[in-house]
Amino acid sequence: MVQVKVNGQQRTFDGDPEMPLLWYLRDILGLTGTKFGCGMALCGACTVLENGKAIRSCQKQMGTIEGLNITTIEAISNNGPHPVQKAWAEVNVPQCGYCQPGQIMQAVSLLSAKPQPTDQDIDDVMSGNICRCGTYQRIRSAIKQAAKETA
Amino acid sequence: MISAETISADKFVVENVSRRGFLQGVLSASAFVLCVGKIPLLASAARIGAPSEAADATAAIGASAFHPSLFVGIHSDGAVYIVAHRSEMGNGVRTSLPRILADELDADWTRVTVVQGDGDGAYGSQDTDGSHSVREFFDTLREAGATARLMLVRAAAQKWGIPESQCVADPVHSVTDLSAKRKLSYGDLAPLAAKLPVPRKEELKLKSPQDWRYIGKPAPGYDVAEVCSGKPLFGMDVRVEGMLYAAIAHPPVLGGKVKSLDDSATLKVIGVKKTIPIDPFKPPHAFQPLGGIAVIADNTFAAFKGRKNLKIEWDNGANASYNSSAYKKELQQSSRQPGKVVHTTGDPDSEFAKAGKIVEAEYFAPHLAHASMEPPVAVADVQGEKVIVWSPTQDPQGVQEEVAKALGLKKENVTCHVTFLGGGFGRKSKPDYAVEAALLSQKTGKPVKVIWSREDDIKFDYYHSVAAMYLKASLDDAGRPKAWLQRSVFPPIGSTFDKDAVYAGDGEMSMGWNVIPFDVPNFRSENGQAVAHVRIGWLRSVANIYHAFAVQSFANELAHAANRDPYDYLLTLLGSPRTLDVGKQGPPGTNEKYPYDIARLRHVAELAAEKSNWGKKKFGKGAGMGIAVHRSFFTYVATVVEVEVDDQGVVRIPHVTTVLDAGIVANPEMVRQQFEGAAVFGTSLTRTGEITATNGAVDQSNFYDYQVARMNDAPKQVDIHIVESTAPPAGAGEPGVPPFAPALCNAIFAATGKRVRELPLTRNGFS
Repeated sequence: MVQVKVNGQQRTFDGDPEMPLLWYLRDILGLTGTKFGCGMALCGACTVLENGKAIRSCQKQMGTIEGLNITTIEAISNNGPHPVQKAWAEVNVPQCGYCQPGQIMQAVSLLSAKPQPTDQDIDDVMSGNICRCGTYQRIRSAIKQAAKETA
Repeated sequence: MISAETISADKFVVENVSRRGFLQGVLSASAFVLCVGKIPLLASAARIGAPSEAADATAAIGASAFHPSLFVGIHSDGAVYIVAHRSEMGNGVRTSLPRILADELDADWTRVTVVQGDGDGAYGSQDTDGSHSVREFFDTLREAGATARLMLVRAAAQKWGIPESQCVADPVHSVTDLSAKRKLSYGDLAPLAAKLPVPRKEELKLKSPQDWRYIGKPAPGYDVAEVCSGKPLFGMDVRVEGMLYAAIAHPPVLGGKVKSLDDSATLKVIGVKKTIPIDPFKPPHAFQPLGGIAVIADNTFAAFKGRKNLKIEWDNGANASYNSSAYKKELQQSSRQPGKVVHTTGDPDSEFAKAGKIVEAEYFAPHLAHASMEPPVAVADVQGEKVIVWSPTQDPQGVQEEVAKALGLKKENVTCHVTFLGGGFGRKSKPDYAVEAALLSQKTGKPVKVIWSREDDIKFDYYHSVAAMYLKASLDDAGRPKAWLQRSVFPPIGSTFDKDAVYAGDGEMSMGWNVIPFDVPNFRSENGQAVAHVRIGWLRSVANIYHAFAVQSFANELAHAANRDPYDYLLTLLGSPRTLDVGKQGPPGTNEKYPYDIARLRHVAELAAEKSNWGKKKFGKGAGMGIAVHRSFFTYVATVVEVEVDDQGVVRIPHVTTVLDAGIVANPEMVRQQFEGAAVFGTSLTRTGEITATNGAVDQSNFYDYQVARMNDAPKQVDIHIVESTAPPAGAGEPGVPPFAPALCNAIFAATGKRVRELPLTRNGFS
């Protein structure tokens, strides 16, 4: 039996302890904003926040998450969109959009650690998130815009 | 929008169901079913606590709603619903297409709700590939909008008892009486307009381009807010009550079969229900499932874990002898022998026999996988003779057809709901994965979701073809080609549908090979035969990729041989403005609509040189720029790539300039996105894109061994310039890709003196 907090709600899980958090979120809780892309922490589509910091939910087994505080894309916008989501819309970042929840969660994590990131900071942190449509240049602008707005 | 997905269509069509002959048969009355269906996204959204705005939207559509066509509905409160009948995969069709209709309707875009169309032949082609969406439906959507507008104007004239000529659809979303300065809103007019006969096409007055509100004006994606908030929009997100999850162990080699199976360990995995065999296909494989063993479970992880625990012995069949390294040599060998003649101008053989300077080169490009971020996935619910499929598909009618065929049912009994696609690039117009879901639903009696892992996606793709090309030119004293021979050899897409197909189809030859836009008096293109050993499919811009790589690299080699600046030399090759005889290029009848205009190709090249400061920019050691031009999907593109290569061979791309002429552009913002993305897609395939096989099985499996460009590999800055044009709309999703690889490789030659004749760069000591 595992206790975990997801988007502020206390949850109990007693299934296969090897199940990655990703599939718990998607299949058990129905929180499908967190995406499946590779299952090997290579693409970042499954990025969520663990105590505010970005992690790859496909690598986090349910047996190891006791007491953690998990935030998914569904819970970052409370009163209107999060500044990162707002910037994403203003720059019109998404094409297909599938990787964007993961990109946004990674960007939220980056900005909370480094509110004014350099281009190098952005490249270093965001290069773990693949976008096959190729929206990288807009992602970089959107992060800068979000940084400016929250400064 | 969630609400858009969930509008109950049986209410949506209301009285107009009985109407006939909408848009003069473009949209038949039977098309009304397009809006009918289950509402999976609402169901799942409700479960996760999303606001139930959809329910309100359903209730709000009353019996007086006005439907002049399938594509548009107007409610008495003024809400306008427009159907997007093509698939959204990042191509922007859910924004660009409805805005074309909204423009002619003079509708207020902020009051438009976009409704995704289900699969139905009544829409015409829904197969969202070949960069078709705008160019094929531009006129139809304008006519649909103009029809609705005219009916609203007539409704106003009738209500006021004045001549139609006194009424105009202005300001937006309303009709004004020009003499009395009174107006009625579209909502007020909708119930009356609903009772009017549909006007004939000849009665329609399309707007002049200078009056366009939306066409040609940049607009952000309609769904951006929903996408950024993680709403359940994609095929991967579909959840249906009572649904089971399936992962399938496919035969590692094409045509393989299960020899023996031990599923005892699988059945012990928590959550696994059972295993079900899927029959091998009967050749040709076409869109049939590959066969194998399906693991049915109550969640995705259990299905994956159960699959890992299967012990299967495979009979790999004849393709087990396929090794891509030996195959490559065969293709290259064939490319050196005479092939089937595709097109000839003049007499190249006599010219080659004369005393010109001969230049020869061979190029090679490997198989590629699509690797869309969302792997193939589908949910199917078979209920007796009826099937409902939810799928991220580029071709919903193909889903209907293939599912019906596999289950022995009628096509019209298969409903296909189109979800958002997490990328497609051509992979998702092949419905094999939807057929798998339908077969498994039939066997379990429950809705089944088939999920492909990334490994499945990369190992069992319909691959972009591997190709070997040989080119030869004879240059005169001024360095101009007097004769040109080009020969390409690759396993054709036709092999997917005809197991004996070894020569390229007309379509593949029309993609930058049968003719070239160069002013060469003696020319011949040829194609050699090749047998396929993996499934061959189409990938974003298809044969244009390897053909443009060879032709545009060779043009650069000739410039070097002639000791000329590559850009100046390219203009010399293009020659004087003229219309090129394209032979079989393009679908029948399009030569007249889309003549191959060398002036337009020259213009994009000139503009690209100007915008990139070609010849003016100074480069240090290991840096330089390269140019390439290519026309595909009737769009003219020139790309200049700047490159920096360090001592270790690490390639960086600081800047890309792309100029395109795609005729009339419906939404420049979407086109910009497509061409920005094409530079990244081009970077992936040029730097690292390579699928190989050993003993018939594909070697790559995930993003560590099939690498795609990440932010730190991608071009740092991509500038897109769109040429203003009044020519008919052309393609946008694909044409940015073909010129990228040669432009990058030409830049690497300028920077390092090293010529890349084989893709990817990692085969040449670069990374």
